[in-house]
Amino acid sequence: MTVAAVDKILLIFFHWLQGYFTLAGRAFARIFRRPFYYRECAIQFDKLGFSSLFICTLTGLFSGMVMALQSLIQLKPFAATSYVGGMVAVTMIKELGPVLAALMVAGRVGSAITAELGTMVVTEQVDAMRVEGTDIIKRLVVPRLIAMVMALPLLTIVTDLVSVFGGYVMASGYNINPVMYISGLPQFMLFQDLIEGVVKPSVFGVIIAITACYVGLNTKGGAAGVGAAAKQAVVLSSVLILVCDFFMAKIFLVFRG
Amino acid sequence: MTSSDSIHIERLCYSIGGRKILQDFDFHLERGVNRTILGVSGAGKTTILKLLLGLLEPDSGKVFIGNLCITGLPESQFMQQRKRIAIVFQGGALFDSMTVGENVGYRLFEEGRLSQTEIATIVLEKLGFVGVEAALNLYPAELSGGMKKRVAIARALAADPDYIFFDEPTTGLDPIGVHNICNLIQRLQAEGKTTLMVTHDLATAFSTSQQFTFLHKARILFEGSEEEMKASSIPEVCEFLEPTDRSLFYDVHTTYDKQPEQVESI
Repeated sequence: MTVAAVDKILLIFFHWLQGYFTLAGRAFARIFRRPFYYRECAIQFDKLGFSSLFICTLTGLFSGMVMALQSLIQLKPFAATSYVGGMVAVTMIKELGPVLAALMVAGRVGSAITAELGTMVVTEQVDAMRVEGTDIIKRLVVPRLIAMVMALPLLTIVTDLVSVFGGYVMASGYNINPVMYISGLPQFMLFQDLIEGVVKPSVFGVIIAITACYVGLNTKGGAAGVGAAAKQAVVLSSVLILVCDFFMAKIFLVFRG
Repeated sequence: MTSSDSIHIERLCYSIGGRKILQDFDFHLERGVNRTILGVSGAGKTTILKLLLGLLEPDSGKVFIGNLCITGLPESQFMQQRKRIAIVFQGGALFDSMTVGENVGYRLFEEGRLSQTEIATIVLEKLGFVGVEAALNLYPAELSGGMKKRVAIARALAADPDYIFFDEPTTGLDPIGVHNICNLIQRLQAEGKTTLMVTHDLATAFSTSQQFTFLHKARILFEGSEEEMKASSIPEVCEFLEPTDRSLFYDVHTTYDKQPEQVESI
């Protein structure tokens, strides 16, 4: 690869990075500025958040079940099956719950946001809005950002609760009663874990919304461009979620001492 | 020659991916003079409209709305000036998620100065003007191409602009639809609106404008009235007005060559 090619790739990358963070900064700056699109926020919350409830419930249930199943097999030789509740809870609440819920939502919602905005761009609806005097970031990005930041932690809580229930369903097959299952939770969990379990999805919500909006608003071409943009948004947000999860885990470990 | 009642471009250059769309481009739109920009597909006609509205940022040169140079300014700083202009996009660009009524009243809802009743009255009046008041509660997906263009015109009229830009207003319409749109544009002009149209439909252009600008290879090749254009001896203009077999290759060379100068040697 020639120097010129590397130079070009780096230029595109930094241009992209600049655009991404500029959009994020502008969106956050506009959250508290008039006009407030309450109705749009509510619509987006329903479209992006509430409608993802089923897929998150399903993800949580089966993740909890498989987590409990694998743990029980490992714990049985040590007669420690009573700890399964704590193990499922701590793993799901701290790590898997936020990440799995975010990945599910990124696939379902991220692609939908990008496709919607991308279509608006290629059919000149975004240009029409600008000519009508609308601040595009305020009208299109901020409501989706608010909706995602509010919805994803709630969806994650549901995912966590359902996964703990799923874990119990499996544990009950190993003669573990509900009291024994629940009493194992405090032995593994700290209050900080609960905070971590809510902060992470909020950040993931920002990543999904900003990535999907940025890619959507920069869509070029026709139908093929919209398709490519939707795919790009899902891949990008998924990777960013996983990378960000690692760094956030490290930061929380520092605070844990 | 800036004036508070004109829109103009000074020595503007614009390119996409290395292809020059406009080069050292000067353009003046005076209030009251209805103008059409003509040129083959890909000549940069729509780009001019978008540059005049500040939707695109030029490589160099300046765009003025009235006395204000909007080039390089954030949108929030020239929003007031831009509100004097409305545009009817080629496909209508109606907002899919809104009804026809919400589309037409969009700018008024956004501004928040008028009550719901006042906005509803204006919306019905504008829809009545373009003859589609029955479509008030329909969504854009339920409209025909011609109706979409009419609703787009109603939306453009809602905020009472001084200038209305039309991007290929009659493309894809049947003869009756074309006649209706031309008729609407003439009625708008009679009401004192200044129109700027880009099209390659000569019949529409000649029936709705007094002045014509012909674009070719990123530059203006001709400016003048209908009579002057028809009497022009510029080969490209003659070719455009009365295409011959040579035109089969004309469009391809003009539209896609990276360096327009090379066309001469082909």
